[in-house]
Amino acid sequence: MGVEGIPVTKHETGFITTRLDEVIRWGRKNSLWPLPYATACCGIEYMAALSSIFDIARFGAELVRFSPRQSDLIIVAGTINYKIGPVLKRIYDQMCEPKYVISMGACACSGGFYDNYATIQGIDQIIPVDVFIPGCPPRPDAMINAVVKIQEKIDTEPQRGPRRPERERERSR
Amino acid sequence: MKDLDSIIEQVKERFGDAVESSDRPFGDAVLTVRKARIRDVLSHLREEGFDFLLDIAGVDGLHLGRCERFEVVYNLYSLAGDMRLRVKVFVPEGDMNLPTVSDLWGSANWAEREAYDMFGFVFEGHPNLVRILCHREFVGHALRKDYPIMKGQWATGTSDLKPDLERE
Repeated sequence: MGVEGIPVTKHETGFITTRLDEVIRWGRKNSLWPLPYATACCGIEYMAALSSIFDIARFGAELVRFSPRQSDLIIVAGTINYKIGPVLKRIYDQMCEPKYVISMGACACSGGFYDNYATIQGIDQIIPVDVFIPGCPPRPDAMINAVVKIQEKIDTEPQRGPRRPERERERSR
Repeated sequence: MKDLDSIIEQVKERFGDAVESSDRPFGDAVLTVRKARIRDVLSHLREEGFDFLLDIAGVDGLHLGRCERFEVVYNLYSLAGDMRLRVKVFVPEGDMNLPTVSDLWGSANWAEREAYDMFGFVFEGHPNLVRILCHREFVGHALRKDYPIMKGQWATGTSDLKPDLERE
């Protein structure tokens, strides 16, 4: 496997030298382990994105983990109501840094057409969201695009973990 | 096995004034029963072969201008006789208590919890009358017409379902 996107120096004796930050970034970018928080039909589209036709494995994000401890990307695919809100928040809190959030579909982004007593009007009221995917439900292509957007974000962010307000507050203390 | 008409006639004869009306709107048999005798009527119907309680529905007639605000609708079905019967009871706003039928039909357990959650009917004798759909911190009853339908309420935590399951 090549190491595209990393500045490397090749040596004749069969090894390369580069910067540790760059290697970490390359690893993070190409092995996003998603946690599928699928509560509605968007989950079905996400399964299509995982399967062979759309094959999200091409972007290294096919290894779904059902434990927040093992995943670094949570995909909220579906309606989130007030009753399940604390569960989502807790699962997000249990994920290790660096962590990323994709809000998939109209319901997760804004409540969708469920403007009622039961449904949270956008998960960004509970957890920070990196990428919003519009659609009801979005096509698997859109899902892949979101993963690519996360990869771009990893490429451009500071390398020792993502920029998070609470972390920066801790550092300044 | 008796047919539906004879069961209805029998109920009218036996419970007299307690049966306010019986009708067949759109071909579906409906009995309207006074609240004081609702359990007796349902118990009788259970014995007459209505072995399946499909659902318990609530109606809030706040803007309908009726004498009583609320209505509870029991949807009964007889598996052996393939008969459907709807039993209605009017419930005034000031007296939301009703006897439970969860001992007659197992399905009434959750159906009554839902009616309690959404409208606030209190089913006396129910083994575990707690909210089933909304979270436990929810204040008010969401399907009442005077509840602002878009008003969400935040939950601060989750509730343990284990005690509920053990009680059931």
